[in-house]
Formats: sequence, C-alpha cells, structure tokens
Amino acid sequence: MALLDVENLVVRLPTARGMAAAVRGASFSLDRGERLGLVGESGSGKSMTALALLGLLPEGAELAGSIRFDGRELVGLPEDELCRFRGDRIGMVFQEPMTALNPLHTVGRQVAEPLRLHRGFSASAAREAAVALLDRVGIPDAAWRAASFPHQLSGGQRQRAIIAMALACGPDLLIADEPTTALDVTLQRQILDRLVELCEESGMALLLISHDLGVVAETTRRMLVMYGGSIMESGPTAAMLRRLAHPYSQGLIGARPRLGAQRGVRLSTIPGSAPALAEIPVGCPFAERCRLAIDECKAALPAQEIVGPDHVARCIRLDAAGARP
Amino acid sequence: MTDLAPSLTRRPLAHASLVVGGVLTLLLLLAAALSLVWTPWPVYELDIPNKLQLPSTAHWFGTDSLGRDVLSELLAGARTSIIVGVIAVGIGVILGTALGLLAAARRGWLEELVMRFSDFAFAFPAILSAIMLSALLGPGIVTSIVAIGIFNVPIFARLTRAQAKAVWAREFTLAARAAGKGSFRITLEHVLPNILSVIVVQSTIQFATAILAEAALSYLGLGTQPPQPSWGRMLNEAQLQLLQAPRLAIFPGLAIALSVLGLNLLGDGLRDLLDPRLARRR
Repeated sequence: MALLDVENLVVRLPTARGMAAAVRGASFSLDRGERLGLVGESGSGKSMTALALLGLLPEGAELAGSIRFDGRELVGLPEDELCRFRGDRIGMVFQEPMTALNPLHTVGRQVAEPLRLHRGFSASAAREAAVALLDRVGIPDAAWRAASFPHQLSGGQRQRAIIAMALACGPDLLIADEPTTALDVTLQRQILDRLVELCEESGMALLLISHDLGVVAETTRRMLVMYGGSIMESGPTAAMLRRLAHPYSQGLIGARPRLGAQRGVRLSTIPGSAPALAEIPVGCPFAERCRLAIDECKAALPAQEIVGPDHVARCIRLDAAGARP
Repeated sequence: MTDLAPSLTRRPLAHASLVVGGVLTLLLLLAAALSLVWTPWPVYELDIPNKLQLPSTAHWFGTDSLGRDVLSELLAGARTSIIVGVIAVGIGVILGTALGLLAAARRGWLEELVMRFSDFAFAFPAILSAIMLSALLGPGIVTSIVAIGIFNVPIFARLTRAQAKAVWAREFTLAARAAGKGSFRITLEHVLPNILSVIVVQSTIQFATAILAEAALSYLGLGTQPPQPSWGRMLNEAQLQLLQAPRLAIFPGLAIALSVLGLNLLGDGLRDLLDPRLARRR
C-alpha cells in the first residue's frame, strides 16, 4: 500500500466571481521513501495541492476527492484530528524562510515545538533536541543558533531551521513547497542535497514542489507536471527529462536558462500567461497557449495517454509533439 | 529587549515625547501614591472659617469654598482618576482583547457577531450610555468605571481583531498550523505576543481618555459623589466661585490637562519605540 494515495482531488477557492477550481481532479500516489516532484508555474494549483494534503486550505475553500495517508482518509477529518497528523506524521517546509518563523520566539523553541506538541517533551528536553535537530540539518554552532532569534540568522540558516522543525518528529512524509526558491544557487544545492540525504537516512517520503525543473530533476525519482489545476504529465524523472511528452512540459524546459548558451539568443518563452482560476476552459487548460492545439483540444480535458513505462501525458497531439519515438 | 537600549541612546531627542510623557505620568502616579499615606491636610476636613484662602505657606494651593485644602484634594483626586482609569481600561483590555482574538481565530458568524456588537456599542455616544447607566445603577464611582469600561470594550475588540487577522495572515502562523498547533495555542503563543505592543500603546491612550471621561462624569454629577475627592467634582464646585476664585477651577483643570497630555505623549512615545516603521512614516 502506498504511503499517500491522492485520488481525484478537487480544490475550489472563493474568488470575486464565485467558486473556482484551483485543483481539478489530481490523482497521484507516493510510496514510503519515495521522492516525488510536483512542477508547475504560479497558479497551476501545486501549492493548493500541498495545503490540501495537510487540511490547511484558506478560509472558504472546498475540498473533494480522497487523500489516503497510511490507510487513513484525511478528507473530512475534523480539525483536531488533522492537528495530530500535522507536524508529526507529515512535515511541511514553506517557501519563505524570512517569514515562516515567528520573530518573537527563539529558533530553538520553534524547532522543537512539534516535539513538545506531539511527544510531550519537557522544555529542557526540547531544548536539547532542538540543538541536535539544527545540527542534523547542517547549521554550524547549533547550540548558539538555537538560542538566537530568527532575525539573527541568515536566509539559508533560517530555511535549514524550518526544515529541522518539519523533521522534528521524524515524519513519514515531508512536503516541501519551493523550499529553495528564496535562496541563492549554492545554498539551494546544499539544502537539496541535505534533504535527499535525510530522506535516505530515515526512509522518509518527499513531495517536492517547485517551478524549477532543475531542482526537481536533481532531487526526485518521479515527477508530476501540473497546469491549470490538472496533472498534465507524470512519470519517472529521468525518463521524462529524456523525452518530455506534453507540449507544456516541453515549453517549460525550453524556457530554462542554460549555462553555455549562445550570447544574444533570447530565452524561449511560452506565449500568453496561465489562465486565471475562474477562466480555466473546459478542455485542455493549455490549449490557448499551445502551438499544436487543434479544435478538439478545447472540447474536453484529454485522457491520460501512455508514453512509456509508467509515463503518461494528457494530450491528444502527442505524436505531433514528438512524444513517441 | 536587547534592541530597545541602543535605539534609546542613539536618538535620545526622538524620544522626547516618551520622556516628557513618562515624567508627567510618573508624577500622576506619585501623587496618587502619596495621597495614600500623606496629604498636607486631611482631605475630608472642612474648615469654614478659612474658606477661599489664597495660596500660602500653610495651604500651597489655597482652600476651597468649604475651607478644604486644594492640594490635598488634588492629590486624592489623582488617586480616584487612576483607580477609575486602571479598572475601566482593564475591563476594556481584557474583554475587548479576548473578543478580538476570538473573532480573528474563529472567524465566520462569531466574528460577525463580535463586530456587529462593536458597531452597536459605538453607535451610542459614550456620555449617553453613561447617563443611561447612572439611571440604572445610580451615580457613583462604580457607574463611572462600568460606563467607561463598556465604552472601551469595542475599541479594543476592533483593534485586536484587525491586528490579530494581520498576524494570522503571516506565514509563520501557517507554519505553526502545519506543525500541528490548534488555533487556541497559536492565538496565545503567536498572535497575542505579536500584537501586545499595539495593545499597550492603545491602553495608554485609552487611559488618558478614561481620566477625561471620569472628570466629565463627575463634573456632570454622574460619577464620583461628594465628599469623595475627584478632579471633575472640584471643577463642578469651582463654577460657583469662578469669578471670585478662578484658581479653584484652574488647578484641577491643569491637573486633568497635564495628566491627559502626559499619557498621550507616553502613548505616542511608546508607539514610536515599539513600532519603528510607524515612527519613520510620521
């Protein structure tokens, strides 16, 4: 049995023009110890998917579908039961290291908070545990840092502290929503490497959410590409990067800046912009911007087509996209 | 705490209002404290033969129409102001903050209820509700306290709700929820500490308003009753001799003005100190 089994997840958010679906029927699963990447641009629904897993959707949001975690259905669980999963079995790392820590509490206190909450640690035991946790995520001089306030730490150290907090109770699943987006490239690499090591040490599963294909490629085994609230393509990371099937995925990778690219050559872009929540069309959400789109694309959301082993894409123009050899 | 000291020493002049306000407030507190153990003359002692005396070495601020020592009355009046202010603002802070925090944490219909209650309370002019209350409870110091206290509840409820909602919108409360914390703990451990400075500043300013309101109610005869000392009552009694002995109105008037000024300056100074972003914008 998979650790996490998400089926037909639908998230509707209140907008100025009524409820609009931010996630429209996403299904995926994650095994113990597996590392899964979720790629998409802003507004693709990837963060909402992550928040839905923890029951942390914004006020007024509607959730449908099924989220089975370790055999337990999470959709519809009352808040106090969800609290028992959050921070204990499922840890979450947020994007902004600058704002995800309370400026008024010491780093150590916040890092060990889940242990006091879920494991009943005493204040002194929690303090010791915080130092060990900070040390584990690679913060030098952890004892000193534990007694510091967030503003006394650098961005990278803060993000490490947030990861330490998410790892405190030894969760089965870590959800990392753009964990390195606010950091510079060298730090990004160090933190991702550390995350992979931690997963391998403890058998923890990782759901890594990013807009950056590079980050996902280096860190995960399997990946999902999300657009307009639907999962457009999924498969093993290595196989997918060798041959991206969906025109949107191809556009994403084409738009990446590359070292050694010829000077003066403009980065390629995907024309247009992601549709607003309320404007996502009935058919393929990418049809408006797709160079291969035909009338049929706008009729209905394409079914999943098999591209390779465990590799599927939602597109009826896969042959035109050169997806199959 | 480590950050307060350097900012005080670096820009001492910028904190002039804090210092002046602090000194005036301290004087008010000292006067009230002093009146508990010592006043130049007994506060309640009438001395009709020596009525309406000019300031002298025996009576520094002179005597009133019943021969009472004005300085002694002023000192004791400070005590009344502070008792009314502390309890009334205390009621406002405790009830108002609790309601505001609840509204921000629970949202939905509960928030609506709290906010509509605040609107309802705001719709009545404070003095009108005080008159209504004194009709119910009878005039007296308790009436002033209850009336001013009730007036303060919606002020703190609104302020707290707005500030608390801003904290709830910050990412660290989401992170705290993701760590498994319930809204009660988040309110106590994350929201309240982050809005405390705003509440402290507002309390100082409401304290000034409360002193003014107490004086107004006593002046109208709805608050403190004779012979209990009160600045407002002194003003009321001074009216009769306004032309003969204007000092009888000037001294309590000055006491009220300086106390209110002091507390407002202190509030402003505290705000500048506790919220440097706001200070620079002003």
